[in-house]
Amino acid sequence: MKCNDCFQQISNYLEGEIDAALRRELEEHLGKCHRCQVVYDSTRKTIELYCDGKLFELPVGVRARLHAALRRHWEGQIR
Amino acid sequence: MAESPQVALKDDSALVTEAKAGSYAAFEELVNRYEKKIYRLGMNLTGNPEDAEDVLQEAFLKAFVHLPDFREDSRFYTWLVRIAVNEGLMKLRKRRSDKSVAIEDKVDDEGDVMPRDFADWKPNPEQQYAQAEIEAILRNSAQSLSPGFRTVFLLRDVDGLSTQETAEILGISEGAVKARLFRARLQLREELSKIFKRG
Repeated sequence: MKCNDCFQQISNYLEGEIDAALRRELEEHLGKCHRCQVVYDSTRKTIELYCDGKLFELPVGVRARLHAALRRHWEGQIR
Repeated sequence: MAESPQVALKDDSALVTEAKAGSYAAFEELVNRYEKKIYRLGMNLTGNPEDAEDVLQEAFLKAFVHLPDFREDSRFYTWLVRIAVNEGLMKLRKRRSDKSVAIEDKVDDEGDVMPRDFADWKPNPEQQYAQAEIEAILRNSAQSLSPGFRTVFLLRDVDGLSTQETAEILGISEGAVKARLFRARLQLREELSKIFKRG
């Protein structure tokens, strides 16, 4: 496998969406190619960083305003 | 309002049925379940807290108003995300009134995407920055993607929606979702490499 083929498959590999033969080939390539290993590791880390549940927590005031707006809407509707 | 344990145990579909029948507690439980995720989606999509709050409020208000029309042929959350994405894209359009912001843009849909930066990253970069700093880095990097690519990345990788759900929400093919996800991941990686690489 060449590096270019490896790059094109990294995203599918992360999805678990490549067949067994291609997977073996890709893993073998990653084991001996540092550049591709770096791209794989940092792509995986990129996703992990954005998935961190502590990011962009809902501020208390924003939540309170949301619930107040919905409550007003609800009360306006049943009146 | 404190949530009732009975309501909290129900699945989304049961809550939708009760909310349609007029239960505010049921609708409020749906809000409690998804408000954090919709706010985070708004932050990642628009890149600023004021717009994210508007996206949050508008998404739930529209969900509330249009709930009777929700035919339940998709999950409630998928339907809600579709509303929130539309709100977010409208915000972006307003901000750049001279340019259209379309989800079906064809920017960079073709041609090779090749990594350029091959330096190792520092270990655990998230531990080396304050929370506000890491949020700013991720927000700015997400903003470097076109809205079409950014939205696919957020729905697939951050919100965990399936390829099929993402395709339905955005009105594009599953193949286009996969192609954009691949490009979005590599582009974001390049952006973050500038900051997180060793040395």
